[in-house]
Amino acid sequence: MIVDVVGGILLAGLTLYAALGGADFGGGLWDLLAGGYQRGRASRQLIDDTITPVWEANHVWLIFILVIFWTAFPPAFAAVMTAAALPLWLAAFGIVLRGAGFAFRKEVETLHWQRTFGAIFAFSSLIVPFFMGTVIGAIASGRVPANPAHTDLAVWTGPTSLLIGALFVAVCAYLAAVFLTREASRRGDHRLRRYFAQRAAVAGTISGALSLATLLEIHGSNRALYHGLTHRGLPLVIVAAACGLAVLALLATGRSQGLRPLSVLGVAAVVWGWGVTQYPALLPGTYLTLTTASAPHSILVTVVVVFVAAALLVGPSFLLLFSLHGHQLLESENLQEKADETGAGR
Amino acid sequence: MATTLGFHIILACFGIAFPTIVLMAEYRGLRRSDDAAMLLARRWSQVLGVLVAVGAVTGTVLSFEMGLLWPGLMRTYGAVLGVPFGFEGIFFFLEAIFTGIYLYGWQRLPGWTHFWTGIPIGLTGIGGAVSVMAANSWMNQPGGFTLSHGRIVAVDPWQVFFNRASLYETPHMILAAYMVVGFMVASVYAAGILKGHRDRYHRLGFGIPFTIGAILTPVQIFVGDTAARAIASQQPVKFAAIEYVTRTARGVPEYLGGFYVNGHVYFGLPIPDADSLLVGFSPHTRVIGLDSVAPADRPPALTLIHLSFDAMAGLAFLLLLAGLWALLVWRRRRGLPRQSWFWWLGILCGPAALVAMECGWIVTEVGRQPWVVYQLMTTSQAATTNGGVIDSLTAVIVLYAVLGVATLIILRMLARRWRKGPQTEPETGVPYGPPAERREPTGREPA
Repeated sequence: MIVDVVGGILLAGLTLYAALGGADFGGGLWDLLAGGYQRGRASRQLIDDTITPVWEANHVWLIFILVIFWTAFPPAFAAVMTAAALPLWLAAFGIVLRGAGFAFRKEVETLHWQRTFGAIFAFSSLIVPFFMGTVIGAIASGRVPANPAHTDLAVWTGPTSLLIGALFVAVCAYLAAVFLTREASRRGDHRLRRYFAQRAAVAGTISGALSLATLLEIHGSNRALYHGLTHRGLPLVIVAAACGLAVLALLATGRSQGLRPLSVLGVAAVVWGWGVTQYPALLPGTYLTLTTASAPHSILVTVVVVFVAAALLVGPSFLLLFSLHGHQLLESENLQEKADETGAGR
Repeated sequence: MATTLGFHIILACFGIAFPTIVLMAEYRGLRRSDDAAMLLARRWSQVLGVLVAVGAVTGTVLSFEMGLLWPGLMRTYGAVLGVPFGFEGIFFFLEAIFTGIYLYGWQRLPGWTHFWTGIPIGLTGIGGAVSVMAANSWMNQPGGFTLSHGRIVAVDPWQVFFNRASLYETPHMILAAYMVVGFMVASVYAAGILKGHRDRYHRLGFGIPFTIGAILTPVQIFVGDTAARAIASQQPVKFAAIEYVTRTARGVPEYLGGFYVNGHVYFGLPIPDADSLLVGFSPHTRVIGLDSVAPADRPPALTLIHLSFDAMAGLAFLLLLAGLWALLVWRRRRGLPRQSWFWWLGILCGPAALVAMECGWIVTEVGRQPWVVYQLMTTSQAATTNGGVIDSLTAVIVLYAVLGVATLIILRMLARRWRKGPQTEPETGVPYGPPAERREPTGREPA
């Protein structure tokens, strides 16, 4: 059925945003934790090089998801946007600060301002995934009503939501560290490779622990969701766990091949596991399902057409961008050199 | 929403039009091995990088706000509005991807290859503008869908996308974007020339964008005039608000300026029959007035709408004057005017174009009130039922004020760095770029 196709498109968009945008957010986290000017310069430079030319394009996935969500399932979109208004506002503010902070940091010369904008960029990289996670948690745990009149703290501050918020932050950090490990090893920088491999292992372990904690919490609070995850969603849960363990094993043995696909596959399995579990409900616990919340048929057809057109046009362009980026044909200016020129130390 | 849109619209203009202007400079630089043009292109693209980043995130906030502020609108018409925004999504994707390639490809990509990676940015900028304007004009002239019991049951995407108002609104906005960017960039270099930097770098920096703005101004005046006539027939109440037409009548005068209080126009200069003449080319044309609808269905703040319209039209003629002046001088002696008066006017052109664009936006948005979707849904029906809207709006305004000031400071900082000369030039050692020169450019950019 076409609603299922559109639901799949939505999940695909989410997967791509989680993998690509998530890694960019995670980069901000590692930037935050990179330490002082001297200690953090090499890792910050690598993070900056990796994110700069691609983050805007990766970010568009979010807009794409929002547009498809409201186009194909308007009542559900309106319900989420009303009930979870506060975390969404905070995420939106975070997005503005993050993009602006990142862009401005490159252009300022003095260390003081680089630090200020860098801190804004890094801190907002932390809050955006957290609040987005709480919203996803609110939807998954069935706390978003179908016709909310007001926003409600209880919608997104349940333990499930908070755990998923924290999980999102950890997964972003994990993805970013994995990507950066791969990048450092491709550049032959063994020190940085070790640096990010350690961090990837830590973030991966924390992500795994948070996933288990979430499962345990759901076991107590939301039987329907737990049942779904351990039955219909089980294969995907297993894939996610297996990918996570495989990545940890690769990191431990010092290999870089296959790190990125495995980590992305793991994240994709989580996203699809969630989708499969609550299928066909859009907002579990309400009457809004893929069918009852859907827009008229002609709109769904348009959404599919738009998606196919996007895949045909945007896909190759993305490949071009990533391959140029991969061959280091796109480069941003050296952030630290600029600071050094002005005689200041970060 | 108004604040965010009013802010984003400026950045959107740069997203739509600036890449084309940068590309023109790069084309000239490559074609004629013109170092000054090349330097301009490089610096402009650095400015573009900052503006695109800020534009990308403020654009995202807008798509959040569609739901956060207007859940009522999205619940009923989300499916319809999704059509143009879906296409906009594709264009925005392509724009972001190629911007990434273009902005960061200066150092390593060969010259003409790099130039060609910029072409999609210009095209998708226009495509994106067409899509967004399709959504906005649909709100003025909704159509292409079937309502049944308050729910949309069928949608014709083509009719939504190419609604009656998009035919004039879209070109009007795209032309406005090119004019705003052209004149604003030009006014930066006009200021430099006025300070005595009459070198090639400054003359080109003024000439390229100013020419674009000046050529498009008469076209824009024609499109705008057509649009006004279409509004007179399609949204007569908006037109009546624009022109202070209180009663439906023939031989309606055109007011220049003036305040509207309780059905009377004070301090306005009436030109007899002119309004009828403009609407139907005859003084006997009947113009529909505000009395055609109940007071509750009339737009608020008539004075604001009318004065905004007058300001927009007046400024357009000022820009036309500047263009004609430059044209006359160019025809006489193949050069730019020497009088400092002209350069003062040149400085003024940027802000003038910007104000005119914002005024036009006020006219179309406030003039549509109390409707959000013309004659179908009022703004209050569309708005969120959440409390705390004022709080979030205050937060938005503060955030955007800070963002605006920060953007300006950053761009000034860039300009200062460029003025300092080659030591801190980011473009030293570029394979095909210009050799770093010791000039005294003001690459300042008022955004």
